[in-house]
Amino acid sequence: MNVEVVISLVIFLLIIFVVGFMSAKHSSRKGSTFLQEYFLGSRELGGFILAMTMVATYGSASSFLGGPGAAYTQGLGWVLLAMSQVATGYFVLLILGKKFAIMARKYEAVTLIDFLKNRYRSSIVVLFSAISIIVFLFSAMAAQWIGGAYLIESIVGIPYTSALFIFAVAVLIYVIIGGFRAVVFTDSIQGVVMFFGTLIILIGTIVAGGGVSNIMNDLISENPNLVTPYGHDGGLSAAYVSSFWILVGVGVVALPQVAVRAMSYRDSRSMHRALIVGTIVVGFIMLGMHLIGVFSRPILPGIEVADQVMPLITMEVLPPWLAGIVLAAPLAAIMSTVDSLLLLVSSTVVKDVYLNYIKPDATNKRVRQVSYGVTAFLGILVFAFALSPPELLIWLNLFAFGGLEAAFIWPLIFGLYWSKGNKGGAIASMVVGVGTYIGIHNFYPNPLGMHSVVFPVVLSFFAFIIGTYIYYESSKKSVEI
Amino acid sequence: MNKRDRKTDSRFIVANREAVIGVILVIINFIWWYGFAYGLGSNSVENYSYILGFPAWFFYSCIVGFFVMVILVIIVVKFFLVEVPFDHDEEGMDE
Repeated sequence: MNVEVVISLVIFLLIIFVVGFMSAKHSSRKGSTFLQEYFLGSRELGGFILAMTMVATYGSASSFLGGPGAAYTQGLGWVLLAMSQVATGYFVLLILGKKFAIMARKYEAVTLIDFLKNRYRSSIVVLFSAISIIVFLFSAMAAQWIGGAYLIESIVGIPYTSALFIFAVAVLIYVIIGGFRAVVFTDSIQGVVMFFGTLIILIGTIVAGGGVSNIMNDLISENPNLVTPYGHDGGLSAAYVSSFWILVGVGVVALPQVAVRAMSYRDSRSMHRALIVGTIVVGFIMLGMHLIGVFSRPILPGIEVADQVMPLITMEVLPPWLAGIVLAAPLAAIMSTVDSLLLLVSSTVVKDVYLNYIKPDATNKRVRQVSYGVTAFLGILVFAFALSPPELLIWLNLFAFGGLEAAFIWPLIFGLYWSKGNKGGAIASMVVGVGTYIGIHNFYPNPLGMHSVVFPVVLSFFAFIIGTYIYYESSKKSVEI
Repeated sequence: MNKRDRKTDSRFIVANREAVIGVILVIINFIWWYGFAYGLGSNSVENYSYILGFPAWFFYSCIVGFFVMVILVIIVVKFFLVEVPFDHDEEGMDE
């Protein structure tokens, strides 16, 4: 469609490739074990990179396409909702924090499941976790691929299938070659692009709208509800918006792709630096991106597909060459989420299923071959799904994050901070969390006006405590007998 | 193993304290966010006041609230967090 836009996108992809190749070189030079390096970058992340990789992994297509689109529809109420995510910037690292870093090193854990396996010593916990991760994250990932392909399609103007193919090849090559280290380095580049992209589009949008006051007046004259906290039709209740503090705020602690980053940093100083950088970057991107969505409304009224708001407003308010560079931001966000998820799912298959149950005595070389193979296979499988996305997949993606949070939040938190917690509690908590979440999501969504994730998180909390005591009592009895 | 961890590893006392700080921060964050948004935002739109073009509820809740959290996080990192080694395993372990 627009040559200048395409050129800057291609340059961006090339930079990603170069980084991937360079870090792959680094990893093959290193003598440390392949698993630690490929899936965790040998626990050497510095503060800036740690912050950026967390932001980029978390700030996925939802915040770049879906989020601003929803803000466009709902008004300032949706920006308010999105600001609950500022908490992720500091909460994840403070809660998992040093304890997780120390225990992960002690257990030589490479994945969240490694940690749970060593903590609870239960193959039921391991298998349940692995299945949750594979099913939920695979679905989340496929939906991101679809988003990425749509974005390329709308910018470049090529058919969906070709766009998907370009996207898939780009992602696969650098994930397979580079592993975790390549992913986090490219995450850092993408984080920076997202940050400045947000800034530039925001300024451009405010200028195009004739200043903030002017935009607000336009919004009020269209529909006064757009400048209230309650959404365009008054449907965003305080309870509903507040419950997002659990789904996208504090609950993010339990997302495996976020938790794995909390075991990958070099030292305390990196973590401290990441706390500050992460809070600033997450807060700014969330505030900026969603404000752009609201501000776009008077400038480009009547956009029907919400996901198109970002690309359209960018091409509207910026000169083409700059729009091209800046549109790398949403693409960057999607790619960095996808590559992290792909790596995580493949690490689950290789580490937690293959090495635990199929071939525990595999050689380093064999593990390497299997890792590449599984990553490539998963990539191709996602590609096939994304070609004609089945209904089930879209449905699964909608609640993938809530499901993961309901499954992992208490086994992880209690595993770290409650030494009495045992596998009885972990199993009970996971089964109750996932079970009630699926039930509530399908049969009684948003009870008491709150998001479906709230009750499962509360119920699995009690399930953990009860399960722990029942298991504790029964094991005591069996010892006495 | 866990009993040992809890009793003897002084690094975990630091870690536990910092987790509590995280919870306190998020509670402050939530109260600030909720208080301004629904305290000022529940008036009718005609009675809204505006700061830098934004409705006051939004300005205080989302924009000022964000800066407040950044400042609090910086204060916490500079004055409350303690640097501990991650790798010196079993340090101070006496069983």
